[in-house]
Amino acid sequence: MASAASSPVVQMTGIRKEFPGVKALDGVDLRLFAGEVHALMGENGAGKSTLIKVLTGVYTIDGGEIRLGGEPVLFSSPLQAQQAGVSTVYQEVNLCTNLSVAENIFIGREPRRMGAINWREMRRRAREALERVDLHIDVSQPLSSYSIAIQQMVAIARAVDISAQVLILDEPTSSLDQGEVQQLFRVMRQLKAEGLAIVFVSHFLEQIYEITDRMTVLRNGQLVGEWMTSELPQVELVSKMIGRDLATLEALEGENKRTLTALENATPVIQAKGVGRKGSVEPFDLSVYPGEVVGLAGLLGSGRTEVARLMFGADRADSGDFLVDGKPTHLRTPRAATSQGIAFTSENRRTEGLVGELTVRENIILALQAARGWTRPISRKRQDELVDEYIKALDIRPANPEQQVRNLSGGNQQKVLLARWLITRPKLLILDEPTRGIDVGAKAQIQKLVVSLSEEGMSVLFISAELEEVLRLSHKVEVLRDRRIIAELANDEGMTVEKIVETIAGDSREEVRA
Amino acid sequence: MSITRHRLFYPGVLLLVLLVSNVFFTPTFFNLRMQDGHLYGSLIDIVRNGAPLLIVAVGMTFVIATGGIDLSVGAVMAISGAVATHHIAGLSNQDSTAGVLTAVGMALGFCLLLGLWNGILVAVVGIQPIIATLILMVAGRGVAQWITDGQIITVNSPAYKLIGGGYKLALPFAIFLAIAVLVFAAVISRRSALGMLIESVGGNAEASRLAGIRSRGLILLAYVFSGFCAGLAGLMISSNVSSADANNTGLFYELDAILAVVIGGTALIGGRYFLVGTLVGALTIQTLTTTILTIGINPNATLLFKAFVVFVMCLIQSPAFRAKVFRRRQRPASPPAAPASKEQHVRVPA
Repeated sequence: MASAASSPVVQMTGIRKEFPGVKALDGVDLRLFAGEVHALMGENGAGKSTLIKVLTGVYTIDGGEIRLGGEPVLFSSPLQAQQAGVSTVYQEVNLCTNLSVAENIFIGREPRRMGAINWREMRRRAREALERVDLHIDVSQPLSSYSIAIQQMVAIARAVDISAQVLILDEPTSSLDQGEVQQLFRVMRQLKAEGLAIVFVSHFLEQIYEITDRMTVLRNGQLVGEWMTSELPQVELVSKMIGRDLATLEALEGENKRTLTALENATPVIQAKGVGRKGSVEPFDLSVYPGEVVGLAGLLGSGRTEVARLMFGADRADSGDFLVDGKPTHLRTPRAATSQGIAFTSENRRTEGLVGELTVRENIILALQAARGWTRPISRKRQDELVDEYIKALDIRPANPEQQVRNLSGGNQQKVLLARWLITRPKLLILDEPTRGIDVGAKAQIQKLVVSLSEEGMSVLFISAELEEVLRLSHKVEVLRDRRIIAELANDEGMTVEKIVETIAGDSREEVRA
Repeated sequence: MSITRHRLFYPGVLLLVLLVSNVFFTPTFFNLRMQDGHLYGSLIDIVRNGAPLLIVAVGMTFVIATGGIDLSVGAVMAISGAVATHHIAGLSNQDSTAGVLTAVGMALGFCLLLGLWNGILVAVVGIQPIIATLILMVAGRGVAQWITDGQIITVNSPAYKLIGGGYKLALPFAIFLAIAVLVFAAVISRRSALGMLIESVGGNAEASRLAGIRSRGLILLAYVFSGFCAGLAGLMISSNVSSADANNTGLFYELDAILAVVIGGTALIGGRYFLVGTLVGALTIQTLTTTILTIGINPNATLLFKAFVVFVMCLIQSPAFRAKVFRRRQRPASPPAAPASKEQHVRVPA
């Protein structure tokens, strides 16, 4: 590639950044070239987010040098970075969904005429900006009327329109489906051809190998190295990221087929009969047996999360009955569900899971304490014992129970959430996307944990967009489409990801014909 | 370096600066003397006069920690004083201990109900706290006026006078009440899991619900306690002057209490709360009020002066502001904003 020979657009050398008690970045280098897609790889907590925030002016550096187009720069605000040509699109789309598409693209820099906003000009330029990302939508509609994927494209259009030198995409694909990912990749290739340097952060390795040209790997805040993507095989990449051999991963690969025997005579831990909620999920039947892992598979928006929320009482079912251990039970509130030994970790860790301001310790004991009520506090000694035990067992890092949980990386936050429920010793653990947005190492640990919990007799309802993962862990798979459970597939010898995909997709074609 | 990082460093320094600056106007400011077995001095006055504010602010701290706010405390104070004096005024022997205790019990009981009313509006009906408590803030004055029949009720009851104006062990009785409330609140909330669960609900209500926390009861409890605290403070103020004034008792107290909580480091959006911070905040507000009185600022300018000092204090406490002003120009040792307020002191009496 010709551009690789030329000098880099961005050259970061020896970057250091410290937070109280943590070396977040310790001598990290990063080079970005025009016309290249550069992958930033590393586990959660490796320093990817910090490095991005340093480059975009959110954090100031404690050491090292950033050169942009050869000139040393020092950004002290995201605005400065944007003006210099560095734009970012974050994992969670941070636009104002109540404003129109055009307003979102031009917010803070509206085209004006005699002091007043020139709306017509704004809409025209918004359409132009969207054309660059191959999007043709009504720009006067509120952003909320479009899907997450479109909102993401709008965010990218905005970023590209503001400055066209360096574009940083932080986990842009984590909430997109396959077709939407391909649409995003088309746009990325087009922008690359226009000479942008693009940084791409993703936990999906296949995507990394499909779209990126070059990659930088970080581990524990330090630089591991820079490679051309085509020259670093996937297996080597993973071992460089986690810094240890792949035994844990391979061990899991081996147990692809899991079936439970002698279930027929057992009483289900939970049985839903005709449970549903208008506008959310059609009435469904679902039984989970002791020690069974039930996977929920389906496309984004197919009703997976809604099923989980009904089973936990997070949303109230308006039809059907629940049997817990064979006895009719109402699950109207999360509190009612937890007292029946049901636990639930939401896919939205930050908004529906953790209390960011509280410490790791407090977050871990929260559910147990809630079950006991405020008048019966868990003694501090007992708290410390429990918390230390689970910090060790789940390898939560940093292993400091008094750290505010918001300072932890995504994977470690997920583990704190798991620990919160594990100390309550639930009968049924409902996990909604527990491995989304977390790194390979933590992912393997969580998968292994699910297997060993089910071997100890705990039942698990497991939701994931990654069908391989669902198939690897589950005894049976419930397939959802259009807010309905359409099939229950036993995970026996003949079951494959392809068959699940066919079930999700195949029937829909029949229905279209019908 | 580490001491400046402490949460209470700036509030503490501000309080000290405020106290020390008083010496310029009243050289005997820090003097304490015994007279008739009672301890006297400006510091004692500050703590005594600040006791009702501290009590209200302690109650307010819990409400704010849940993510709410209680605007009705001033009105509740007026109601409390009105109920108690109204009962005492009707007694044949106004100094009878039993009669005064009944009056106090009635007043506090009624304030608990008012707190419960606020709590129900917020936690059960689901009205936004600022609106829900605004109802009682407005209506409460009316209730107090209704009880007093629009008159200022005066009583002659040494037993009642004890609460806000009496002495025990050489110190004003009000100080013991304030300390009792503060310690009670700290022990109950930190020895049980109440504090943590309230912080959890205030920090992230939805996550708390999904963790199985029943927030309704916790929020109710916070408003009930705030009502109780306001009631007690109202009794202290009414007792101190042996009368009840429905129009003026507790006027603007809600704002002082909120300010005390915020100066103490508890964020208005809820979550973590700091009772010791609230103590420092309440003392700061009271010191400021006392300072204004002792240095003789034109009464028409006191509110403006108070607002200005509070504004400066809030700026100094803001990390973002400090970073902007103090870090950027470290070379010229620019005078921080606090001395500027001292210049203000000099100018006004002149």
